[in-house]
Amino acid sequence: MVAIESVFGERIGSILRDSTGKIRSINQKYAKPQIKLSRGAKFALLFLRLYLIFLIVLLGYKFWTIVHGGT
Amino acid sequence: MDLLSKFYFNYSRIIKTIKIYLLLAGPGLIVMIADNDAGGITTYAATGAKFGYNLIWFLVLLGPVAYFVQEMTVRLGAVTKHGHAEAIFSAFGSFWGWFSLLDLSIVNWLTMVTEFIGMTAALSIFRVPPVITVIIVVFVMLGIVMSGRYWTWEKITMAFCVVNLIYIPAAFLIHPSVSDIFRAGIIPNFPGGLNGELFFFLMANIGTTIAPWMIFFQQSAVVDKQMKEKDIPWGKVDTAVGSFFTVVVAVFVLIVTGTLLFGQNISDAGAAIVAIMPINSYVGVLFAIGLFDAGFLGAICIALTSSWAFGEVFGWAHSLNYKVKEAFWFYIFYFFGLITAGAVVLIPGAPLVLITLFVQVIAVTLLPAALVFLIILLNNEEIMGKYKNTLFDNITNISIVMCIILISTLYGISTLFPNLFG
Repeated sequence: MVAIESVFGERIGSILRDSTGKIRSINQKYAKPQIKLSRGAKFALLFLRLYLIFLIVLLGYKFWTIVHGGT
Repeated sequence: MDLLSKFYFNYSRIIKTIKIYLLLAGPGLIVMIADNDAGGITTYAATGAKFGYNLIWFLVLLGPVAYFVQEMTVRLGAVTKHGHAEAIFSAFGSFWGWFSLLDLSIVNWLTMVTEFIGMTAALSIFRVPPVITVIIVVFVMLGIVMSGRYWTWEKITMAFCVVNLIYIPAAFLIHPSVSDIFRAGIIPNFPGGLNGELFFFLMANIGTTIAPWMIFFQQSAVVDKQMKEKDIPWGKVDTAVGSFFTVVVAVFVLIVTGTLLFGQNISDAGAAIVAIMPINSYVGVLFAIGLFDAGFLGAICIALTSSWAFGEVFGWAHSLNYKVKEAFWFYIFYFFGLITAGAVVLIPGAPLVLITLFVQVIAVTLLPAALVFLIILLNNEEIMGKYKNTLFDNITNISIVMCIILISTLYGISTLFPNLFG
């Protein structure tokens, strides 16, 4: 495995290593929701996921039309 | 004598109330007035130029909408002592946390670019080159936050908020017909019928009234100001006063462009200034100062919003009460956001129009999530205790949030596909 330091140099490599370590610890700290979600709240979160998927599909479609010469 | 003592008692009570308000005022007032940022002024100017005074009633309606959404952040911040980003991570887990944080930083950075576009356009009227504008603005913004005291930053920013009222004297200078304003503007009406173009303008005005950064900003500012549960009523008053002034400024911008530029298509606030200058140079100058101030206020608040959010999640010291060496990453993040956003405006041929449009689309991906999280958190008794939403709060706020989600989504879609609504 290639060490980060050998690619980015000693100083930047150590900053990147610290950052990835920090992100990992944030993910561990907030791995699970810390409040009890009601049925309504769970439904709202499901709606949000579907809404985001819809927007991503829409953005993807727009990108596709631009690439293929549309507006 | 009795009358005199009663008068003195009431007088001193009012003075005392004003003094307490001025002590506790800040987050609500600043967020609401900064909401009239460069993009906001552009939207109001274009609306006034296109429809005259006819949509004043609509802007007045948006004041309470902004109040009800932002009031929730006061309660959440004062009770939890956490910013919105941290609250999302903590309550909903890392997926929604990262989504909100990264989306917020992208939309904030793009919005900051639009603020710099506004500021450089405003000062170009005074023949100030964009590069000088960007350098001066970045240094002034650094100077304001580096005092090491939240209080100092807040009071300086409030002074800039006062400058935002410059559109009021601008409107008086052109002597608009008050009877025309009342006749056309107060009674709800849809000039030319509810067609696609009018609908787009209505959506744009709603889009500029509630932005994702406002929710994150006010909650973090409430925490940084160290407001407690007992300060919530004052926080609400602060937010209400702010929403009043945001509407006042919006209405006066509309009056200025509705009087001077009625019937014209205005693409941005800079174009409005160029069009106003030959008609009335004094008003043009006031408009330019107002636009610069709007961009300045927007940029300073938005840059801070991102710094606070990242500081909360990454555990950096993240308060304006810290000196630079005590909260190094917090200030570096703030500076980096400002300098890169400013630099984009200086790139020859940079796609600035595309960036302006893209802001609306990206904001649409974050706003519904931020609002839904806000409602869920405000309904959690474990977190909010006796400050949780009442039935009235829920009916009002959920209705507002559903309308905002629907309309901002339509706005985002119509930005992506301009011919969709005719």
